[in-house]
Amino acid sequence: MSFGGLLALDQVDFQIGAGSITALIGPNGAGKTTFFNCLTGIYIPTSGTITLNQPSGPRQLHGLRPDQVTTLGLARTFQNIRLFNDLTVLENVLIGCHCRMKAGLLGALFRDRKTRAEERAMAEFSYQLLDRYGLGGAANELTKNLPYGAQRRLEIVRALATRPSLLLLDEPAAGLNIGETRELEDLIHIIRERESLSVLLIEHDMSLVMSISEQIYVMEYGRVIARGTPEVIRNDSRVIQAYLGEEA
Amino acid sequence: MTRESAHQTAGLNWKRELALSLLTALWLGLLTGPLLVCRLNPTDGSIVYRWPLLFYVAGGGFILSSVWRLLLARRNLRRRRAEVALQGPKRTWVDLLLASRRRCQGLWLVMLFLISLPFWASPYTVNILITALIYITLGLGLNIVVGVSGLLNLGYVAFYAIGAYTYALLNYYFGLGFWLCLPLGALTATILGLLLGFPVLRLKGDYLAIVTLGFGEIVRLLLTNMEVTRGPRGLANISPPGLFGLDLNALVKPRLLTWLPLDPNMDMNKVFLFFIMLALVVLTILAVFRLENSRLGRAWLALREDEIACQAMGINRVRAKLTAFALGATWAGLAGVVFASQVTFINPTSFTFMQSVMILSIVVLGGMGSIPGVIIGALVLILLPEELRAFADYRMLLFGAAMVLMMVFRPGGLIQSVRQVYLYQPAQPPDKGQS
Amino acid sequence: MELFRDLFISGLTKGSIYALIALGYTMVYGIIALINFAHGEIYMIGAFTALIASVILGQLGLAGWGLLISAGAVAAIYAAMYGLTVEKIAYKPLRHSSRIAPLISAIGMSIFLQNYVQLAQTPNFLIFPDLVPEIDFLAPIAHIVNKNQLIIWLVTIFLMAALTLIVKHTRLGLAMRAVAQDRDMARLSGVNIDRVISATFVLGSALAAVGGLLIGCYMQQIDFYIGFLAGMKAFTAAVLGGIGSIPGAVLGALVLGFAESFAAGYISSDYEDVVAFVLLILILIVRPGGLLGQTQTQKV
Repeated sequence: MSFGGLLALDQVDFQIGAGSITALIGPNGAGKTTFFNCLTGIYIPTSGTITLNQPSGPRQLHGLRPDQVTTLGLARTFQNIRLFNDLTVLENVLIGCHCRMKAGLLGALFRDRKTRAEERAMAEFSYQLLDRYGLGGAANELTKNLPYGAQRRLEIVRALATRPSLLLLDEPAAGLNIGETRELEDLIHIIRERESLSVLLIEHDMSLVMSISEQIYVMEYGRVIARGTPEVIRNDSRVIQAYLGEEA
Repeated sequence: MTRESAHQTAGLNWKRELALSLLTALWLGLLTGPLLVCRLNPTDGSIVYRWPLLFYVAGGGFILSSVWRLLLARRNLRRRRAEVALQGPKRTWVDLLLASRRRCQGLWLVMLFLISLPFWASPYTVNILITALIYITLGLGLNIVVGVSGLLNLGYVAFYAIGAYTYALLNYYFGLGFWLCLPLGALTATILGLLLGFPVLRLKGDYLAIVTLGFGEIVRLLLTNMEVTRGPRGLANISPPGLFGLDLNALVKPRLLTWLPLDPNMDMNKVFLFFIMLALVVLTILAVFRLENSRLGRAWLALREDEIACQAMGINRVRAKLTAFALGATWAGLAGVVFASQVTFINPTSFTFMQSVMILSIVVLGGMGSIPGVIIGALVLILLPEELRAFADYRMLLFGAAMVLMMVFRPGGLIQSVRQVYLYQPAQPPDKGQS
Repeated sequence: MELFRDLFISGLTKGSIYALIALGYTMVYGIIALINFAHGEIYMIGAFTALIASVILGQLGLAGWGLLISAGAVAAIYAAMYGLTVEKIAYKPLRHSSRIAPLISAIGMSIFLQNYVQLAQTPNFLIFPDLVPEIDFLAPIAHIVNKNQLIIWLVTIFLMAALTLIVKHTRLGLAMRAVAQDRDMARLSGVNIDRVISATFVLGSALAAVGGLLIGCYMQQIDFYIGFLAGMKAFTAAVLGGIGSIPGAVLGALVLGFAESFAAGYISSDYEDVVAFVLLILILIVRPGGLLGQTQTQKV
């Protein structure tokens, strides 16, 4: 992926298995978020392909708009929380349900039985989702009033509302203390089981990464410099060099 | 305790305040000196010096400057406090009013009052009310675009003009009637809204504002210069809406005069138009309310809040924007058709940038994104100038000043953010109400 | 060929005036992301002030180039004062609010100033004397280029050079560029934001006022409404060239001036005003950032 003369992603090759938890780590500026943005259609890669395997067959994601990518089952959270601050917690999740609903302009205007049933069902579903992950009590709160940790969690729940098969988490532990990070770790495990999806996360918190990931990819300067299980990565000399400078 | 709050508790520094006000008075006097005091005579180029005005400015400036700084300080203090406190969806008196059990009864009473109005009020009152209702419709339409979806449209008047001219032209050249042209005018406006929307909606906020402004001006200039629209001479004798071809004035009026305190000068066609407009406004309020509380409405809110996140939720932002834009245009088109039949003569001077500003003011000053706010905004903006006839010359001056003052001190509008939030009660069907 | 030459010259003249006004719009937008709707009114106030000043100074005995320059100076100073005051009242209190509040405030200020001048002076046209003295060496080609046009070009070039000098080679210019790029960082680096913003308004307003004086001499009449029309066109020009970019404003202004002139000459003078807006829409469709604007890839 190049921006003008700047090669941001150079021959980046990823394989993410179904139901797996994969981590993407690397120093700042390595191109991790750029990679996410390419996956989700915010940037269109200047070369390469992105394939999403679905029950109905493999699907090319290259060149699709972000909303199309989400509808196909790839959801994400953002490095700097992008919640809809002036709406309530429930409304945020309801918006997440958007791509799984059918009602359009006519449905909105005439409020026929089908539309009303769908609204009720989705509200119910959203509440259940919030409750399942510990935010049920805050359903009618304005999002901007939530504490930071709850906001991070809400962003994940909102992404879950789109019923993804692959969940991209961009630095989900940023700003969380040790206790909250433990909760996040449990959350990710539960999500993987309950919602049967795969997780790909960008993280800087090494303890979280090491304890949760099955596969780790390491990037530096736009290239993948190492991949493997946490054990392998921990001892890889290139990774150590990238993070700590010369051989420590 | 910070330095600032220490000053506040210690009380005002009178000498400093006095000095500031004096300086401001001096500055304002100097500033307005040339233009206010030296009045040029257009015919012979000589200057008439009006020195007394200088003293008025200085005196007024002194007082206003003190008041201004006081109000500004209070506003900033209020804002700082609000930042720390938790904010809930705000309750205002309109909230409380609408939430009460008696709401339905209250609204019925208002409706009854309005329906009875033409039968005892003056023709002037009815006419003014029709105008107010038209602007309510326009405000609600623009509210969808600007208030709910966050798309800055500064050329809304273009769609209004298109609706009006569609009816006027079809009526002038082909003799088509009101009822046929109502949907046609709305359709034309919608189509043009889509046509404008396609290329323009991916522009950034401020660019969109300017382009829509430009579009408004293009429409006005085209209407002024094209042969077929007869330019500044306009189109006259536009027919009022018909009721199965009956002549309402001849048939209905004499009967009513005997039973009701009807004003003999009342034009029954206007009365008919009043009822049509009333129905239209009720339907519009219903439609807008339903739209705001639907999947589409939520998509618009998401669009306004954060476009990137909105897309990440699977919302096609171009489609959402286009829908908002086109729907807004539809309502303007409808209002335009009614306007044409109300005034029976239209020309391009009714559709200037000032009109767009007016409608935008109704939405912003009334209360962005809230239906009661827009309604009250329209009523204030239309009815107030009529009451203040004495100040006619200064009307626009005061309007401009009011816009600045409102934005500085009450940017949420008259009725701040009365947005219904989706309240969920578990173990029950979801309740939509105000919180 | 003669028609082309005349249209070219009149286009260049128009473009120059638009440039003087457009610079104010673009600088203010670059620094506080605000569409200063009241800027067109500042231009108009500059013209009116120049007129009044010229009458008074004329009575005091000034004439010729001295009268022209001093009237211009007075107009520029007063326009700067108005610009400062408008900023202090209508924009500064709104620096941290939503995007639409300053916009409405700006429109309100524009309406206020327009009506203020209309009420204070007159709703009718005012005759503006041609203050530009005769230029002898121009006599032979006076039928091609008249003295007013020449003066407009020269003054515009001079002022643009001066502005570029200020922006590129002075500390103030550096501060302006810093604030335009990252306001918070500039503040943390010790830049007095208020003063920089005020300076921007001062510069922009002064330029517009000179434009007002020159257009008065050229057209020999002014009225309270010229600010609205010229303002919209100049702002369109600034957006066309890429709002926030100073060379963009000039480029956009020239493009607009030529387009209008040629359209009026070759197509029809009725549609002259439409050209500006049609051009804007067309260019923004192709280049959403304007001609010299940078399309910024979003950081997500």
